[in-house]
Amino acid sequence: MGLINNINKAFDHRIRLGMMSILMVNDYADFNMFKELLDVTDGNLASHAKALEKEDYIKVEKQFIGRKPNTRYSATPLGKQEFRKHIDALEKLIRKS
Amino acid sequence: MESNKYLDDISQIKNMMSKSSRFISLSGLSGILAGIYSLIGAYAAHTILTDANYIAKPINRPILSYDVTEQLFIIAALVIVLSISTAIFFSKRKSKKSGEKIWDTTSKRLVVNFLIPLVTGGLFSLILIQKQFIGLVAASTLIFYGLACVNASKYTLGDVRYLGMANIIIGLVATQFIGYGLYFWALGFGVFHIFYGALMYYKYDRK
Repeated sequence: MGLINNINKAFDHRIRLGMMSILMVNDYADFNMFKELLDVTDGNLASHAKALEKEDYIKVEKQFIGRKPNTRYSATPLGKQEFRKHIDALEKLIRKS
Repeated sequence: MESNKYLDDISQIKNMMSKSSRFISLSGLSGILAGIYSLIGAYAAHTILTDANYIAKPINRPILSYDVTEQLFIIAALVIVLSISTAIFFSKRKSKKSGEKIWDTTSKRLVVNFLIPLVTGGLFSLILIQKQFIGLVAASTLIFYGLACVNASKYTLGDVRYLGMANIIIGLVATQFIGYGLYFWALGFGVFHIFYGALMYYKYDRK
């Protein structure tokens, strides 16, 4: 059952999965980009971001663009590594069945 | 049941990766039309040059009059403006269907990365004209346009890469046939666009 161990609970949700996928191929993403792509509400998105941040999988930077506050996210090396493992585990599970 | 969920997860991952990094609302139709505009433009340019007694003597050519040069510039500008507006029009239409925003991170990135080699090439070609290397202008526009396509292909449908490579190759070939630039232009900007656009149309748009 070693395979199951690689399925990461932290990524086992549509929104968190989507956020990580986006951050794998983009150096940064901001709040609005997530909102448009994932079709979620602000509160929902914020709480999923918190969850990933707590695991140290993503980094959150708050800054100002002009006068508007802007939050931008990036994946940490740990986050990328764990997500890759998660994808591998998913692929193996699919091939098995 | 379980493995269905994993499949969904994988397809969600793929979908998000491509949606967040590539602008996919480019339509094959705009490629076809851009090619047709280019062919019409090339034909018009050919007619003007024939009238100016330019085509008949590929080696020992008369100096082009100011009027003729101006007409050629107007044709080129018209072709570019028409092609770009057509591309925007069809992309808007397609993005409405797919729910993709027309002006978002991916399309901005596409435009910027397309424009860097293209503007460089445009300026370089103007410098060639300034320094009287007119014969190399057609080749240089084709080469830089090809490089722009290759560069942009990372941010849109990957197939644009092959259009780019084809243009780079005939651009390089064109350097060896100075005096026949117009025919290479018609081939690269006209025929290749139509061929590529038709291919894209059958591959992506007809669903």
